[in-house]
Amino acid sequence: MKYGFAILLLFISFLSFSRAIAVGGGKKYTSVKKAILEAKEGDTILLHPGVYRESPLVIQKAITLIGVNYPVLDGQKKYEILTIRSNNVVVEGILFRNSGRSSYLDIAALRIADARYVTIKNNRFEFSFFGIYSQHATSCIIQGNELRSDAKDEINSANGIHCWKSDSMQITGNRITGHRDGIYFEFVTHSLIRDNYSFQNVRYGLHFMFSNNDRYEGNTFRDNGAGVAVMYSNHIDMHRNTFADNWGSAAYGILLKDISDGVISGNRFLNNSVAIMMEGSSRMKMTGNLFSKNGWAMKVQANCMDNLISGNNFIANSFDVATNGDLVLSRFEKNYWDKYEGYDLNRNGIGDVPYRPVSLYAMITERNPPSMMLYRSFMASLIDKVEKIIPVLTPVELRDNEPMMKPVKL
Amino acid sequence: MKTIVKYVMLDLLKNKIILAYTVVLLIISFGVFNMDENATKGVLSLMNLSLIFIPLVSIIFSTIYVYNSSEFLELLVAQPIKRKMLWLSIFTGLTLSLSVAFLVGIGIPVLLYEPSLTGLMLICTGLFLSVIFTAIALFASVRTRDKAKGIGLSVLIWFFFTLIYDSLVLLVLFQFSEYPLEKPMIVMSMLNPVDLSRILMLLKLDISALMGYTGAVFHEFFGSFAGSILSFVMLTIWAIVPLWFSVRMFERKDL
Repeated sequence: MKYGFAILLLFISFLSFSRAIAVGGGKKYTSVKKAILEAKEGDTILLHPGVYRESPLVIQKAITLIGVNYPVLDGQKKYEILTIRSNNVVVEGILFRNSGRSSYLDIAALRIADARYVTIKNNRFEFSFFGIYSQHATSCIIQGNELRSDAKDEINSANGIHCWKSDSMQITGNRITGHRDGIYFEFVTHSLIRDNYSFQNVRYGLHFMFSNNDRYEGNTFRDNGAGVAVMYSNHIDMHRNTFADNWGSAAYGILLKDISDGVISGNRFLNNSVAIMMEGSSRMKMTGNLFSKNGWAMKVQANCMDNLISGNNFIANSFDVATNGDLVLSRFEKNYWDKYEGYDLNRNGIGDVPYRPVSLYAMITERNPPSMMLYRSFMASLIDKVEKIIPVLTPVELRDNEPMMKPVKL
Repeated sequence: MKTIVKYVMLDLLKNKIILAYTVVLLIISFGVFNMDENATKGVLSLMNLSLIFIPLVSIIFSTIYVYNSSEFLELLVAQPIKRKMLWLSIFTGLTLSLSVAFLVGIGIPVLLYEPSLTGLMLICTGLFLSVIFTAIALFASVRTRDKAKGIGLSVLIWFFFTLIYDSLVLLVLFQFSEYPLEKPMIVMSMLNPVDLSRILMLLKLDISALMGYTGAVFHEFFGSFAGSILSFVMLTIWAIVPLWFSVRMFERKDL
């Protein structure tokens, strides 16, 4: 009780210090720039509806900038709209429009630079180059923003949420579309990406480079130019994400390149050309994922090792697994494969004959792509059947010794 | 013409093979769909059925039918009917009954269990294959008077389209793998009605895989409106050309 009173006093004292500054037509200030200049630490600036063309704006003190009914900060395609260079800044409910564009400068609609505890919440970004750019930021929250741009190609576009050398970021509930990469991470650690929806971006829905100990869960990545890429990182956890409709010769539900010690569980991979492409990946655990209607559920290159693929459902994929060599150092066990034709005499739910997920025709199309034209022909299935009985060309070691008879409950 | 078609149909109904064919198809289709909850798998099995079994039955049955009704043909030729009309009536009767059998045997189960674009495509290509292989059968049977030879020729043609042609394509693919083969492949697929039907189905079933690699080219071509129109035109040509040749031969044939 004593403490409670003390806290209440403290709270009241805070309230009495901070002011609310209204900006807008007919208000005390008509210029955002002036209001920011006048504001003291802890003040709140209320931005009333209207279009403000005064970028570039820079915030260098801990203030709260709140938009009422989405006032517009317009960069007129020339400037970086807002730069935050102070800790504890909050930006909420503002529509950022037409940030500057450049082929040699990273111009963003909103930049967080060298700051901690910044909150960017429920804003909208339209036609930005970079949407939200965070550099050397720590413990910032980027939540519920909507980013929409008009990227046409990779060269003249930039990323939606771009984090560089940041730590402990929380990126949740954003919707990103029409950028180059939806979310881009480079040297970002201990961060959480949750419940975002990244779709129809020109390149990747999510792009990870050299970022360790991160976690992403519950996100949906749909119809991006090349899906999701996770490269040169370790200890990444991916849970309950959906990777869907990534079509093309270089499009992957998720591309794992030189990554290790991660966990991929409970994800859904639907209608991708290649659901998971693994290259130089090691000690990854994949459990409880659903692979459905993909061209290739997994492509595991021979330079991957010590991965465990267990308890996943492979349903209605054109090819289950493909590889590029004879060496297999990853383990497949207790998965459900809908193409499995074995039996279960002792009725323990596990098939008595191993399943070989690499079909010969997958190898043939790997070597000679146009032969996809003959896929599912009488001859192709004949070749596959013979190979299933006497494996000659497919890697003998790549097999699931305990295939499940029924789909795994996820 | 109507009367002849009517009599051909009645005759076909009487010999009960078409009826048995319908029932077998019906049993297989329902069996396939009930065996697995995954309807796509069912469509896949039926696709294999309609790419291999349907052409075989259509071509063999039609060939045998034409040989068996040679006396009926001779009788009608003696009547004041144009030979062309007579031959086309036989063709119409055969295709109608085979198509109805296919529609009942496979069409109805597919519409019940998988009423999607994929299912419709399956029905469409199956119908086309029935018609095409009946036309080819008429062509094979008009060429020779010997029944055994005619049936042999039919089986050979079927074998060529389902297996030999694909092996040749694969041979070409590997022999000329250094060259860009995407466009020649499209042309080659046009030259075999079974392959053409299969690719039209693939575009519905394995679109994700096809989008990788060569698929992009395939999809651009077959997936576009002009491409799909062209493929159906091609299938129609595959039905008309053998029929036209067989009509011409029948008109000049010394019975």
